[in-house]
Amino acid sequence: MSTEVMTREASGQEIDQMDHNVRAVMDGGHGTTQLVTVKVGPQLFGIPVLDIEDIIGPQNVTFIPRSSPVIQGALNLRGRIVTAIDMRRRLGLPELTEEKNRMNVVVERNGDLYSLVVDEVGEVLTLEDHAREAHPPTMRSSVRDVSTGIHRLDGHLMVVLDVGKILEF
Amino acid sequence: MDELLGEFLMETAESLGEVDVELVNLEQNPNDHDLLASIFRIVHTIKGTCGFIGLARLETLAHAGENVLGKFRDRELEVTPEAITVVLASIDRIKMILAHIEETESEPEGEDTDLIAQLNQIAEGRMPSGVASPAGETEPAEEMSEAEMEMAAAMEAEPEPEPEPEPEPEPVAEAGTGEIGTRPGEVSLDELDRIFQEADGPEAAAAAEADTAPQSEPEPEAPSQLPAAPAQVPATTNKAPVPAEDEKRSKETAISNQTIRVNVELLENLMTMVSELVLTRNQLLQLSRSEELDIERFTVPLQRLSQVTTELQEGVMKTRMQPIGNAWSKLPRIIRDLSIELGKKIELQMYGADTELDRQILELIKDPLTHMVRNSADHGLEMPDARRAAGKSETGHVVLNAYHEGGHIIVEISDDGAGIDPARIKEKAIQKGLTTESEAAQMSDQQILQFIFKAGFSTAEQVTAVSGRGVGMDVVRTNIEKIGGTIDLKATVGKGSSFKIKIPLTLAIVSALIVETAGERYAIPQLSVLELVRTGEGSEHKIEEIQGTPIMRLRERLLPLISLRSHLDLEGGDMEDIESFVVVTQVGPYQFGILVDRVFDTEEIVVKPVAPILRELTVFSGNTILGDGAVIMILDPNGIAAETGEILVPQDKFKDEEAQRVDTDDITSLLLFRSGEGGPKAVPLSLVARIEMIDLTKVETSEGRPLIQYRGELMPLVPCVGARDLEREGGRPALVFTEGRRSMGMVVDEILDIVEESINIGMEASAPGMMGSSIINGEATDVIDAGFYLTKAFGDWFRTQNLPAPDQNGRKSRKKLLLVDDSAFFRNLMTPFLSSAGYQVTAVDSAAAAMDLHDQGRDFDAIVTDIEMPNMDGFELARRITTNSRWKKTPIVALTSRTNASDIEKGHEVGFYDYIEKLDRDSLLERLPEMTS
Repeated sequence: MSTEVMTREASGQEIDQMDHNVRAVMDGGHGTTQLVTVKVGPQLFGIPVLDIEDIIGPQNVTFIPRSSPVIQGALNLRGRIVTAIDMRRRLGLPELTEEKNRMNVVVERNGDLYSLVVDEVGEVLTLEDHAREAHPPTMRSSVRDVSTGIHRLDGHLMVVLDVGKILEF
Repeated sequence: MDELLGEFLMETAESLGEVDVELVNLEQNPNDHDLLASIFRIVHTIKGTCGFIGLARLETLAHAGENVLGKFRDRELEVTPEAITVVLASIDRIKMILAHIEETESEPEGEDTDLIAQLNQIAEGRMPSGVASPAGETEPAEEMSEAEMEMAAAMEAEPEPEPEPEPEPEPVAEAGTGEIGTRPGEVSLDELDRIFQEADGPEAAAAAEADTAPQSEPEPEAPSQLPAAPAQVPATTNKAPVPAEDEKRSKETAISNQTIRVNVELLENLMTMVSELVLTRNQLLQLSRSEELDIERFTVPLQRLSQVTTELQEGVMKTRMQPIGNAWSKLPRIIRDLSIELGKKIELQMYGADTELDRQILELIKDPLTHMVRNSADHGLEMPDARRAAGKSETGHVVLNAYHEGGHIIVEISDDGAGIDPARIKEKAIQKGLTTESEAAQMSDQQILQFIFKAGFSTAEQVTAVSGRGVGMDVVRTNIEKIGGTIDLKATVGKGSSFKIKIPLTLAIVSALIVETAGERYAIPQLSVLELVRTGEGSEHKIEEIQGTPIMRLRERLLPLISLRSHLDLEGGDMEDIESFVVVTQVGPYQFGILVDRVFDTEEIVVKPVAPILRELTVFSGNTILGDGAVIMILDPNGIAAETGEILVPQDKFKDEEAQRVDTDDITSLLLFRSGEGGPKAVPLSLVARIEMIDLTKVETSEGRPLIQYRGELMPLVPCVGARDLEREGGRPALVFTEGRRSMGMVVDEILDIVEESINIGMEASAPGMMGSSIINGEATDVIDAGFYLTKAFGDWFRTQNLPAPDQNGRKSRKKLLLVDDSAFFRNLMTPFLSSAGYQVTAVDSAAAAMDLHDQGRDFDAIVTDIEMPNMDGFELARRITTNSRWKKTPIVALTSRTNASDIEKGHEVGFYDYIEKLDRDSLLERLPEMTS
């Protein structure tokens, strides 16, 4: 299985293309999942490609007063309003200390669009499902509650995120 | 669901709605043959269709009903309220069965022997025994045998009924025989007809094209198609003889060519797309204003796009518009049933049924309206003897009135019943724990009345079968607020009560005011915004505090203020202009000010719901994308008011103010502005629909007159007297005057203020277009005659071109005039006009209000009244005044658009001194001195 490397500038079309690839793979019944790797704080996470609508760069975000601190605000994606979730806060990680252009991973739930705001977007990995392991019991619940397992990659661990659970709060 | 069944349910529901209305009409006009024929046809069609799709229970019931109706039609039976009650009951049963079918796609278990027995008794000329015998099997048996006979007869004629040639969604209306006839316009498609005839198959059912044929009025051809033959019993399987088929078909084709049925969802989608298009257009327009682009080449196609978008938007909106009468169609039946049930005499009057509004809104207000009408009839109106004792007519009136006002729809529901007693409401509110004794003591009557909108409050002394169905006024208010509307209540003990609902024309696109607080922009729906006031340095409006609550004096009233900054927990932004504007907001009768830092333009926005995870934030009603692409939150004034609670400020001030206002009726809100040379100018604020900034580069010229595109139409611009010619660049404020669909803009230099002053013309007009000068705010101010400018903009707005010079003699004595007109526009126009002619004018909006003044002991030298007014018209008012009142000797002038000979004659009969055409202001001024001398 080849691994497509995705840069920060990855466009929607590329994602769509990947989407097709993934479906082809899934149809083949290989029992694999494609994940986009993202970084939130020091930790590497994987988001299933099939959940992703789009990946866009930094956006002007409108602050929504009195909303949960996890909600960063609302932004305009080609005429649709997207609610942005600050992933650092969602995962209980420390606030960003220096200015940084963060990326928006746009996902869809029940017809509404949400953006998972992450520090960096990495690459697309195709991983065997059976290689996914259960969480270590020591993992913090703020992370464990929103993930489906971990993958052991070269030298580090990647936590697979469950988009549905992230949006339940 | 089976498409055929779905179609049947939809059409039958439409038809049944009509039958309800028509039966009630029939009771009042038992000899209306057209009406009978129309009702008979509808029920007959329902029966035929039921048979066709195998709904036996429905068919049997409809058949029994049809029997009775047939005998009515043939004058074999007399139409009696009892008989109609039974027929209505069977219609209700049919609806019940239909509802069950809609849910389960099958008929409910059970029999209708009780109703059928009653119907048959009526058909045989006996009165129903009320309760049908449980073992009333003989009648149903008879019924069945009759049906069987038909069946047999039909089978003979048609030994082998073929199956349908092809399943068609729209069954063709060929039920029954030629005598009975189908309604013109019932047949769906020409082609279908042909197939059906060729196939010679069983035909039945009706495609009631309710959209194409307004069935409430029977077609003129109907009687000729209905010779008074004995009611023909149509069979379920019946060969279709087609007399006059060609003629009929041509007519049907003509109708079906004009209209098509379109799925509502399709329209909704179209509307969404158009809304998006509008947003994109706005974004492009915004871009074109930025300087970086090559504007010259860009502007022309963009303007074209803009125009097309506007037209498309209006077109699509129109497809969704429906007359409000559709939501009222059930009401006559409800009132009729109520009057029998309660033993009251009730007359329902409906005005403005053709006022159109978005169907989505129509659906949403249907139930609240029905509930309120029911309330008025049940709780509002008294029993006949109580009414007589109170000196009122035995028949109580419930009046519905719908009309457009300033881009909104106003629906008024009023009754002339007992009104609502604030003392009782107060007692109940305290008892229910909604307020405390001490709080209540501070409240005005108007505030106390608002408790009926609170959850957990029911005014009915006892819960009757009629009201108290679990829908309280709190639900009504919630539903109306959900669609961005407001509801207000006025009630006078012994005189009646009146609800006023203000709703937007459409939910899709709303106009919103964009404001800024702490560096963030927010939208406030224009519907709730009353006015903007600047506060802070150099402004006369200062923010004060009473017991920690920020308030502002606005025209000597105390307005509670809510700081948006602290309400939204915001910080930062431009600290220099912090909270320097007050957006005066109205929620129901409650007014409060929202403190914001800056105010921008108004913008047309498409309200989009917020994501589910934000739904609990009641301060926002949605969000939207502005022309510049930014996402912006839309504030919900209802939510803000609910969260802060209605801040009570000491009401003594209010009371004094109101008392004072009653004493000096001629106080008017005036808009002060500057235009050209000389001092400030003033115009009654109530005449001004809006104040807009006009971009002078957008001004076009037609026939030498300046025009501007405004809300999709061309609006003429007129400069105010003494003003310079219009420049070609920059922006200037314009006062927009609107009546009906016409708008006019008066371009001025600068808006100064809004004041409340009595117009007291001290100097004669020096130029046309002026009423004269008055001292306002201690400064000589020219009062503008809006009528003059309207005439200038639209020649036909008023016939008179020149303003007559104020009558000098009149001014010396200051004769008192009472002006009665339900149109706010004319009241506001005539009041300053008559004041400037030297009269002291008191204006009221209804005949009832005029009689109130009579009861209060006020006297006038002359009364000027409109004729066409809801509840009590001008004729009735004149009759009351001239027959037995203190005002017997006061001359009354009718000022009306109804000036045909018979009206004038009627006017003189009831005691009008004179009858003057509404727009003929000169004649009025000529006649008044002789009358009042």
